[in-house]
Amino acid sequence: MTDKAAEKRKEQLSYAFGFGYALLLTVPLFASVAFDWIDRSTLLWITGIAAILQIVVHFRFFLHIRLKGQTKEDLQLILFTTLVMGVMGLGTIWVIFNLMSRM
Amino acid sequence: MSTTRHPGLNLGPHHGKADDTAEVEVFGFWVFMMSDAIIFGLLMATYVVMSGNLNGGPGPRELFELRPVFIETMLLLFSSLTFGFAQIGMKYHPHPARMIIWLLVSIALALIFVGMEVNDFITMAGKGGVPQASGFLSSFYALVPLHGIHVTAACIWAFAILGQIAVYGLDDEVKTGMLRLGILWHFLDIVWIGIFSIVYIGGLA
Amino acid sequence: MSDLWSLIFGRLTLDALPVMEIIHATNGRELASGIVGTAAAGLAVLGALYLLYALTKYRLWGPVWRNWLTSVDHKKIGIMYIVLALVMLARALAEAFVMRTQQVLGDGGGGLVSNEHFAQLFSTHGTIMIFFMAMPFLTGLINYVMPLQIGARDVAFPTMNSVSLGFTAAGAVLLMISLVLQPFSTGGWTGYPPFTEAAFNPGPGPDYWIWAVTLSGIGTTLSGINFVVTIYKFRCDGMKLMDMPLFCWTSLCTSILMIFALPPLTVATGLLALDRYFGFHMFTNGGGGNMMNFANLFWLFGHPEVYILILPAFGVYSEVFSTFSSKTLYGYTALVIATMCIAVLSFTVWVHHFFTMGQSANLNAIFGIATMLIGIPTGVKIYDWMLTMYRGRVRMAVPMVYAVAFLILFTIGGLSGILLANPSLDYVMHNTLFLVAHFHNMLIPGLLFGMLAGYTLWFPKAFGFILDPKWGYRAAYLWIAGFVFAFFPLYGLGFLGMPRRMAEYFNGAWFPLTIVALLGAVLIIAAFACLCIQLYVSIRDREALAVPMGDPWDSRTLEWAVPAPAPEWNFPATPEVEGRDAFATLKEGGYDLRAPDDGYHDIEMPRNSALGPVLMVSSTAMAFGLVWYMWWLAALGAVVCFAATVAYGFRRDTHHIIKAADVKAEWEAFCALADTTPRIPRSLEQTTQNMGHAIPASEEIIS
Repeated sequence: MTDKAAEKRKEQLSYAFGFGYALLLTVPLFASVAFDWIDRSTLLWITGIAAILQIVVHFRFFLHIRLKGQTKEDLQLILFTTLVMGVMGLGTIWVIFNLMSRM
Repeated sequence: MSTTRHPGLNLGPHHGKADDTAEVEVFGFWVFMMSDAIIFGLLMATYVVMSGNLNGGPGPRELFELRPVFIETMLLLFSSLTFGFAQIGMKYHPHPARMIIWLLVSIALALIFVGMEVNDFITMAGKGGVPQASGFLSSFYALVPLHGIHVTAACIWAFAILGQIAVYGLDDEVKTGMLRLGILWHFLDIVWIGIFSIVYIGGLA
Repeated sequence: MSDLWSLIFGRLTLDALPVMEIIHATNGRELASGIVGTAAAGLAVLGALYLLYALTKYRLWGPVWRNWLTSVDHKKIGIMYIVLALVMLARALAEAFVMRTQQVLGDGGGGLVSNEHFAQLFSTHGTIMIFFMAMPFLTGLINYVMPLQIGARDVAFPTMNSVSLGFTAAGAVLLMISLVLQPFSTGGWTGYPPFTEAAFNPGPGPDYWIWAVTLSGIGTTLSGINFVVTIYKFRCDGMKLMDMPLFCWTSLCTSILMIFALPPLTVATGLLALDRYFGFHMFTNGGGGNMMNFANLFWLFGHPEVYILILPAFGVYSEVFSTFSSKTLYGYTALVIATMCIAVLSFTVWVHHFFTMGQSANLNAIFGIATMLIGIPTGVKIYDWMLTMYRGRVRMAVPMVYAVAFLILFTIGGLSGILLANPSLDYVMHNTLFLVAHFHNMLIPGLLFGMLAGYTLWFPKAFGFILDPKWGYRAAYLWIAGFVFAFFPLYGLGFLGMPRRMAEYFNGAWFPLTIVALLGAVLIIAAFACLCIQLYVSIRDREALAVPMGDPWDSRTLEWAVPAPAPEWNFPATPEVEGRDAFATLKEGGYDLRAPDDGYHDIEMPRNSALGPVLMVSSTAMAFGLVWYMWWLAALGAVVCFAATVAYGFRRDTHHIIKAADVKAEWEAFCALADTTPRIPRSLEQTTQNMGHAIPASEEIIS
């Protein structure tokens, strides 16, 4: 039964670590908005990077997506979704801003 | 180290048939979530392209407040953690008491989140921030409340699972249901990362 | 009184009945228009009443409910999808015929139907053909065939499959209701705002469109999820992804497109609904709305959608060419890679649907190039199919007629597509009949001929007898001739500058070609009549046409390894296979009619569920309430939908067991039948001597 207890502890730790990393990637962001630490364009870049990192953290620690040791479909699916979302989302932004710039 | 068969917490072989069916059911639900993710992605892109269309109405700086959004973010993050504990409770304890307590805590955090969000909308409306005011506000109200509705639906699902436990105990269907609900729960937290980054920090920075 | 009326019926009044158009008519054309509308509505009502009468008279309510509506068997759901598709095809064909007639009479401003009525006709025709003919047809074929081809017992989520059918049928029912309680949208199948916004069209028409399309979209998304999970997780032992029949590959890619391409449609229609119901400014032309984003969102869906439509047909053609050439598919790997390329590229070309909207030349050029790139993998496929026939034992059976016609006609359509992909040429052709000719040229020989070839190919598997070939040939040749006469003139009319969607015109140069197109429409109606006669004749002569041994075409894939009609449990034991063309390998080794290696076992099958039909009725009620502002009905429908779904979660007793002894008895009877049934060579394939027991082509050639 110690195996089971160890596994349980490992899984609890996984959630705790995920939570900790997520906090680290969130709290400073809000603080820098609240106290106006950095200028707007730098902050937006940092926000974008922090958001992507935090999404990876959630995938890794809460949803247990790993690069190895799992059925491959899940990772393929996420990557394909990212591709499609990138094409659609960035495509929308590109097309509509292009149209707006010509009005 | 055991391999994972599907996203989210895996029950492991000692749960027998529930673990087998979970592979298919969770994978199916995960595919559904990816389809849903496209909806949120497109609404975010739409928000980005419409965020300048103020139509003479109030803009983000007049309407958004950082403090409640920060608290809401923390509530969702905490509820992801507590939901994880509920699932771990389900995995390692045959008796559902521990799981039920953590599940109730998660539901409570999510419901406080929804309540605070509704309060935000009311405050915004008081300052003239209604969806009919401008393209910017229309795209805001198309995106953010949809996430809130998802959270509400997740809470209703959680209550339905509690109902199933009351009738059948912690059986296989409840277990796979909890695994799928967990996917939704964590997924909604990920969507919220996009929302607070693009809408709130993007609007207030 | 009027308060009470509007509380109950919302904004629905007697004016919604098409007969009011006759009463209020002020000239001959309006009178004719009213008569056409009333006749169509009357036909729909009579059809529905006759159905109810027949079900009651022959005491079929119970059997239909137990064996069909609540069934979660993938084969029955597939058949129901195809029945829905054929019914809707009949209506949309009739509408096409009326439109062709109008364009003949419309020279000089005359006509059969009013401009308003004409606009409704092209809107319903497009909406039906895409969402309620093509989509159910291909979903039905995938449903029936794909699980059998991969050696599975059912799809991954059988009840959700029935729910998908329910949502699709709900949308179709809404369209049929719009025939009786008018009007439908006049905004075309794409429903572009601001024309469909409340400011321009406050009536129920665009709302009918929004909810019909949204419901069918949800159904399609769920189908896509179901098929993907089935293909990933339920392939039988030994069947690797690269061993799957090509139809499964195209099903997989289509399903992936369904999952990722339908969300933009849901977003577009959902936001349009927010505009119309709550006064949002998403796509309005004032208040900071951006109508161009609708075109963007719609075609983010719309372009992958045309590949959702065409890929399953490519799959069918692959099976047809291979089967009727008695050869394994040429260039299997190339075909798979081409399919995947098409699926991914389909997400990167949507802007070519609105080259003329005003974005910069560079942006248009990039999307023009991306569009032309799709021609490459498609060309690869055409060559692979031709090389599959090369030195094969080719038989021009009915599916093969469709397939060969497809090869030629689809290539012509592809060439006109390359013209349109060039933005500077598109500026000239945009919104002319050239475009209409192009996409019908892709969708009729591509999609529809493929579906009809698949219908002819797999009909014996589903019902145990082949379709009468004589009427099949007549239908096929009439379809081909009808298509050529109806749509090639439209290329010419496009060059002459005739815009699409035109009810009346004052340019005599267009008149002659509209007559040729009308002739084509008559031929197509005749083709459809031949299909109906074929079905009648085949059912009448079903004893003579029976193929109980289940392999009438000497086919190569697993679905032909079981009796016709296929038993509920599909396979006596889940098969174990090696390599491609699994059934051909079994036949050549003489292993096709054997008892399972490790004996018979009890089979667990999913139990019937009422969730699908309940959601169908309640979502129809909800949508109907939303269209006519009958808020109580909308709320009631929503509550029932919600409650039924939650209640379903409390269901536990979801499976029933089929006894091993029953399976054994049925399978042994089948194997015994094989001993007394003569094997036939390919030359007798389309005769009544075909009992579905084939001499494998390899042996036939040696002897």
